[in-house]
Amino acid sequence: MMDPLLHANAISKSFRSIKALADINLVVEPGEKLALLGHNGAGKTTLFRLILGFTKPSAGEIRIGGELPGSVNARRDVAYLPENVTFPKLLTGREILSFYMKLKNCPLSQVESLLQKVGLTDAADRYAGTYSKGMRQRLGLAQSLAGSPRLMLLDEPTSGLDPLSRQQFFALVDEVAAAGCAVLLSSHGLSELEARTDRVVILNRGSVVADAPLDELQAASKAPLRIRIKARSDSVDRVSSELGGRRLNGQSVELLCPVREKMAQLAAISALGSLVTDFDVTQPTLDDVYRHFSEDARREAES
Amino acid sequence: MIRSILAIAANEIRLGRRNRWILLCASALTVFALVLGFIGAGPTGTVKVDPLTVTVANLATLSVYLVPLMALLLSFDTIAGEVERGTIQLVLASPVSRSALIAGKFLGHVSVLAFAILIGFGLTGGVIYFVAGGAPEGVAGLARLTSTSIALGAAFLAIGYIASAVTRQSGTAAALAVGIWLLAVVLYDLALFGALVADAEGLFAKTIFPWLLIINPADAFRLFNMSLLETGSGISDIAEALPFPAWAGLFSLAFWTVAAISLSALLLKRLEP
Repeated sequence: MMDPLLHANAISKSFRSIKALADINLVVEPGEKLALLGHNGAGKTTLFRLILGFTKPSAGEIRIGGELPGSVNARRDVAYLPENVTFPKLLTGREILSFYMKLKNCPLSQVESLLQKVGLTDAADRYAGTYSKGMRQRLGLAQSLAGSPRLMLLDEPTSGLDPLSRQQFFALVDEVAAAGCAVLLSSHGLSELEARTDRVVILNRGSVVADAPLDELQAASKAPLRIRIKARSDSVDRVSSELGGRRLNGQSVELLCPVREKMAQLAAISALGSLVTDFDVTQPTLDDVYRHFSEDARREAES
Repeated sequence: MIRSILAIAANEIRLGRRNRWILLCASALTVFALVLGFIGAGPTGTVKVDPLTVTVANLATLSVYLVPLMALLLSFDTIAGEVERGTIQLVLASPVSRSALIAGKFLGHVSVLAFAILIGFGLTGGVIYFVAGGAPEGVAGLARLTSTSIALGAAFLAIGYIASAVTRQSGTAAALAVGIWLLAVVLYDLALFGALVADAEGLFAKTIFPWLLIINPADAFRLFNMSLLETGSGISDIAEALPFPAWAGLFSLAFWTVAAISLSALLLKRLEP
């Protein structure tokens, strides 16, 4: 059997008395898009630093394509975009990108196309010191795309990006994943990840509390659907009392409904006939799911 | 590997040019060297000494103080500063080895320093040559001084990398670098000459002192340059009494460079960015 691209086997990491990661198991296959969710301090960056070989696990073992993290082959396979990526202020974007391409031993002919991909062509000859956070992020992304990596580690890649750049960013992620590169990205900006990743791993205080595709997590979390009902202004009180929801304003009522009661609830709504003018169903968001698993883990820790 | 080292070196040279570092150092060297040059080349008195040779002797003293300082200021920030600013992470995540990173930085910094020294001493030597004249020995002395100054700079660059790799804070590294300069260039000589005065004829002066002199790269540099100049200054007498030839000073410089580069590469290998 082939080794998985990334295999973290029961790794723990302590810094003196602080346990940053405890017994993490993680397998990532080629082409997979995986989101690593967690609060600040949950251990996301520590996990990345272990995968990069910047620091060694206190226990357990990580392999990247069978190689140890930090070995030349592993570094050739792994591309990294740190959370707050910084560059020398007095070098231009083009110089910086060319520099990393040389370190990664890629042909410089790709520089232009990479700059274009991340939308930095116009700013390529300005000093990086004049770049905004979003521009630095995009230059960092261009750098990580260079040299056809097999695993991309993106630490909070969308923070600092405006919604349009974020969309372009995910389009690029889809593109590299389609070409067979695994993408592991961390985030606490959950809502922007929806439907963008194949799998979600939730880290809480150094432990994996969930690892599954998003829809499975949504089901497992029993997070309710959110149903918003619009009614005529003279009947909104009645709608609210019949269905038991919460009045939002003069026209709308919001219900929280467990997924398995969805059809029964819809029947109740349609039974109200013309009192209801419109309605809207929202799936549990990643934030809801995430909150659920984090709270579960906290309750477990407390009991 | 070679491509990576050259890319890292080219980056450092580019930065040295853009942050005006080369310009600043070349100007400082030129100004000091010209002032010393004209003071020295003027009154050579009744003793017939070549003006350029006198200038080279003065420049050697200038070099001992200024070149290590410039080298340390150039190198102290290179690792600690990059750790602090976070720019080192991407480099260390790339396939380039940490030894190659040090090698590239060293190559770049030596080039930067060499530019500054060549400009500073070249200009001064040229001016003295045309104004006061110079013998072929003077010209040879100047060439020797310039090249060994670069070697002296290289040794202190390497020592500066150690200061830069033992700490994660640029400020601490700066303090270490200044401390190293004070110790190696100022206090060391004061202590040596103090001891020499206290025990002018004994075991210390004859046996220990020469070794202590050559073990310090700054003194080794001075020893080498002065012993080969015919100026009648005190230090060339010392050179004659040495238990080893003067060119052993060059070995001292080479030893320090290699040892310090190796140690800083080792320290860098242990760094967790």
